[in-house]
Amino acid sequence: MSAHVDYLLGLADDALVSSQRMGWWISRSPQLEEDVAMANIGLDQLGQARALLTHAGAVEAAGRDEDDLAYFRDERDFRNVCLVERPMEDFGVAMARLLVFATWQHELYGALSASTDATLAAVAAKARKETAYHVDHARQWTLRLGDGTAESHDRMQAAVEAEWPWREELYDAGTLAPELVERGIAVDPGTLREPVEARLDAVLAEATLSRPDVAAAYSRGRQGRHTEAMGYLLAEMQHLARSHPGVTW
Amino acid sequence: MVLHAHVTDADICNTACYRGGVYGNDFTAPEAARTAPADEPASFRAILVEDGRVEPRDEMPEGYRKTLVRQIAQHAHSEIIGMQPEGNWVSRAPSLRRKAILMAKVQDEAGHGLYLYAAAETLGVDRADLLDALHSGRQKYSSIFNYPTLTWADVGAIGWLVDGAAIVNQVPLCRCSYGPYARAMVRVCKEESFHQRQGFEILHTLAHGSQAQRQMAQDAVNRYWWPSLMMFGPPDDDSPNSAQSMAWGIKRFSNDDLRQRFIDMTVPQSEALGLTLPDDGLAWNEERGHYDFTPVDFTELFEVIRGNGPCNEQRMAHRVGAHEDGAWAREAAAAYAQKQAQKQAQRQAREQAQKEGAA
Repeated sequence: MSAHVDYLLGLADDALVSSQRMGWWISRSPQLEEDVAMANIGLDQLGQARALLTHAGAVEAAGRDEDDLAYFRDERDFRNVCLVERPMEDFGVAMARLLVFATWQHELYGALSASTDATLAAVAAKARKETAYHVDHARQWTLRLGDGTAESHDRMQAAVEAEWPWREELYDAGTLAPELVERGIAVDPGTLREPVEARLDAVLAEATLSRPDVAAAYSRGRQGRHTEAMGYLLAEMQHLARSHPGVTW
Repeated sequence: MVLHAHVTDADICNTACYRGGVYGNDFTAPEAARTAPADEPASFRAILVEDGRVEPRDEMPEGYRKTLVRQIAQHAHSEIIGMQPEGNWVSRAPSLRRKAILMAKVQDEAGHGLYLYAAAETLGVDRADLLDALHSGRQKYSSIFNYPTLTWADVGAIGWLVDGAAIVNQVPLCRCSYGPYARAMVRVCKEESFHQRQGFEILHTLAHGSQAQRQMAQDAVNRYWWPSLMMFGPPDDDSPNSAQSMAWGIKRFSNDDLRQRFIDMTVPQSEALGLTLPDDGLAWNEERGHYDFTPVDFTELFEVIRGNGPCNEQRMAHRVGAHEDGAWAREAAAAYAQKQAQKQAQRQAREQAQKEGAA
């Protein structure tokens, strides 16, 4: 598989897997407005995933469409960061993770709007607008939960402690072919660290939360080495499509 | 009556005569809520006579208000409980296109719940109290959502049949005498009609797909047909409160009329799908200009209403669980808002003091 396709799949899988976790919250959130908001965010992410998967399929030119790529790849072929695949059934965790992921996506898509891959640039320009809203949503909840009640402060601090170790993979250029950056297709993830971290730190401070002093988690999703949670996520997502291969839905 | 009068528990508690919550329908009203026509304010009667809209500021009989609170609340509850059976397939939707459509649909249902709770609030009740009434079982939701979604085709059957039945019930509500409810229903109906077509399209695709897909579609239709007919409520003879709602312009057509309209609309659609409906008695009656059908056996509906449906406990546990699990976040949001308001007030006081000092 070409480095270009691999790169696109990484971004697509981040969005797809994040959307899959977000979808769980519809009908389970703290209030009705939040059900609407989380569905909206999940839908935006799914939209990004579909556009990127379709584009990856076109670049690959092996006849695979978005559904072939989403439903008929095995776990080791998924390229998303481990951050997004882990269980997300606590509202504080959901918001802490969204804050990290959306802030990173917002910076990334801002840079990718100038990609020499014209389709990727167009997808990124649209996704940048969407992720600005996601960041704002996560930020507002981080403030409310961090600076709300004593209980919410403790729970949000715990959520931040749980999510922070998984950030490192977002900045890791380890698997990215340098040639993609040189050709202006991809963005060197290392360059995103400073702006993303500055924004995250500002939100934590405003929310009266302390910046976790934690070691990076072992996170190699970009290489297809996922957490154990990933197999279950895919089993659920893919089982129906795989039970009836070759049909139209 | 004066709006935003003191709200008593009796306003939202109505299990005494509860016979079956159908969303967009109300065929029960507690005796206590009845108001003799003689008690109706002349201004209210005048609005009804002119087929106008009663607005929150207008005088209205207490029984009218209570009936509307109950019906709108039950409708809202049905929308949010209805998120569960379809939400059950969001994680497993068989294509990304279907997943996106389904997420948007379930999101629409949350939105419908929001409009409807807002419409109920114009009658002087709070959403929080209505939710408490749902969670404690004092108010109900449509029994149709106490059935499980066993296969992907159920998502199609719910869209086609359940949303189809809801539309037949709800389109006349766009002309309901209470303005805020009528206006909410205009938007709800547009979205429901979209959902119904999506459901039809899911079933059409399955019915024209593999043998297994076709069986899946037929099985879902077989399971959802009779419960969908029950959504219109008991026969008119057995629905004594309909007359009052019709006199008030809340209800425009009887349960049996609406059921017949739904059947007449749905039979040709089933033929277009190439699927059968599980009733040997279905036949066009030239003389009546309607389809004949086997009378609905309401024994099951009443059992489900009594709490003995396949998913009653599960649906309530899910809803109550989400509400309780989210309490800490709602409390945090309220505390944060209060802190912000205090800070704002302090800032303003400081600025005012500075201005006065400068002067």
